[in-house]
Amino acid sequence: MLIEMQHVFKTYKNGVVALSDITLSIDKGEFVYLIGPSGAGKSTWIKLLYREELPSKGKMLVNGFDFSRFKSRHTHRLRRTIGVVFQDYRLIERLTVEENIAFAMEVVEAPARDIRRRVNELLYLVGLKAHAKRFPRELSGGEQQRVAIARALANKPELLIADEPTGNLDYENSLQIIKLLEEINLQGTTVVMATHDRDIVNRFRRRVLELSEGRLLRDEAKGVYDRQ
Amino acid sequence: MKLRTLRRHLRDAFRSFLRNGWMSFASVATVAITLFLVGVFILAALNIDHLARQTESQVEISIYLKMDTSQDEIRKIEADLNNLPHVHSVRFVPREEGLAWLKETYADEADLFVGLDEDNPLPDAFFIKTDEPARTAELAQTIQSWPQVETVRYAQEEVAKLLEITTVIRQIMLVVVIGLALTATFLISNTIKLTIVSRREEVEVMRLVGASKWYIRMPYFIEGALIGLLGAGIPLLLLVYLYQQYVENTEILSMSVLSMQSVTVPLIVALFGIGLLIGIWGSLSSIRKFLRT
Repeated sequence: MLIEMQHVFKTYKNGVVALSDITLSIDKGEFVYLIGPSGAGKSTWIKLLYREELPSKGKMLVNGFDFSRFKSRHTHRLRRTIGVVFQDYRLIERLTVEENIAFAMEVVEAPARDIRRRVNELLYLVGLKAHAKRFPRELSGGEQQRVAIARALANKPELLIADEPTGNLDYENSLQIIKLLEEINLQGTTVVMATHDRDIVNRFRRRVLELSEGRLLRDEAKGVYDRQ
Repeated sequence: MKLRTLRRHLRDAFRSFLRNGWMSFASVATVAITLFLVGVFILAALNIDHLARQTESQVEISIYLKMDTSQDEIRKIEADLNNLPHVHSVRFVPREEGLAWLKETYADEADLFVGLDEDNPLPDAFFIKTDEPARTAELAQTIQSWPQVETVRYAQEEVAKLLEITTVIRQIMLVVVIGLALTATFLISNTIKLTIVSRREEVEVMRLVGASKWYIRMPYFIEGALIGLLGAGIPLLLLVYLYQQYVENTEILSMSVLSMQSVTVPLIVALFGIGLLIGIWGSLSSIRKFLRT
């Protein structure tokens, strides 16, 4: 089991209940859509996974890390097993495409030779070998998101989390991103993707987790966007 | 930490130091002013300490005997004095000699001494020097208890006064330096804040991909330390130069001043130590406030 949650609650300091009584488990190698309207708790749920937020109550296990016995000074260890991608890419503007990818490995002190090899590998995977020396602002949105995905994969995480990765992209580019995520998933990485994109969810049928007002409304294998 | 990592941190720290321009300059200047004053105080304190010690070592103990002391008793006291531990030299001044010295010294006021030859009011006296200034008080006390000894004096007051000045200087220094150091720390923490804010994106990515807390903090520590060390180096050079001039000028006056060599080490240790402390403290307070890791 890669992700395990038992009766997890999240209440923010201001009293807002973002998640309540979430129980679910995700296996290694799965591809999961997380859907639901804005404010349903998708972002909070994702932040819990990489300990950007801490659960208020309940048991959680991610990539073998038991959150009930977790020391916060070890947060970086958990994060090295997780790749995260956002709607707004969050690339470093002053670095080129290859430097952006390498950055993720440099800051965890990977050996220089490994970094060169891995960056090359990833550039091929996301199809941006030709753009290696370009800066983010010279790329289209879809290309920038592919750089972000490459960066998220740099340290070979077991789990890739994508928070609305196609939110800023047109349909064509969104398709490309999904195909890339599918390929990554085929290579063994577990993928969790929060999305609003009805077409994508309906076209590439996968397990669907639907959140509504902080509760898990639906957990359906090969689900569609709208409940039938 | 790997060498490559260290190099990267150093590079980042230097870059931000330059990019923060005026703020870096203001921080370094404040540290420099603080440490310049610290240095001046240290030099003053060391020299006054030195002067006090020297005065102390030159101190004679004056022993005035009772008027009815016989020649035999005087000889016995002389022998006893010579037998005391830590006594370096013993000098006997008979009362006649003492009066002659007084007359000579105050030759202008000769009328003061009229008739004193017949009725000399001065006692016989011994003057001794010790080989260990710290023992002066102890020795004086021992001698005071001897039966034929009237009074014992030594330059207690002068030494005490010098040591008092040193204490006052230390206290003033403490207040001024703490005030300035706090200002410097505040400025450094603001400079580091600029760096942290300008690198927010990068820090965000570092956190996300699992860079360790120390890896993320290190460049800011280095930047703080850099400001502190630069702020120490400038006044150090200046003080060494000024002190050199001072030593050369006072040599002519044959004043007792500590040599360049004997002040350099405490100066370097104090200035770089305090500079580093201020720098790291400043960056630490900024990191705590603005860098959630």
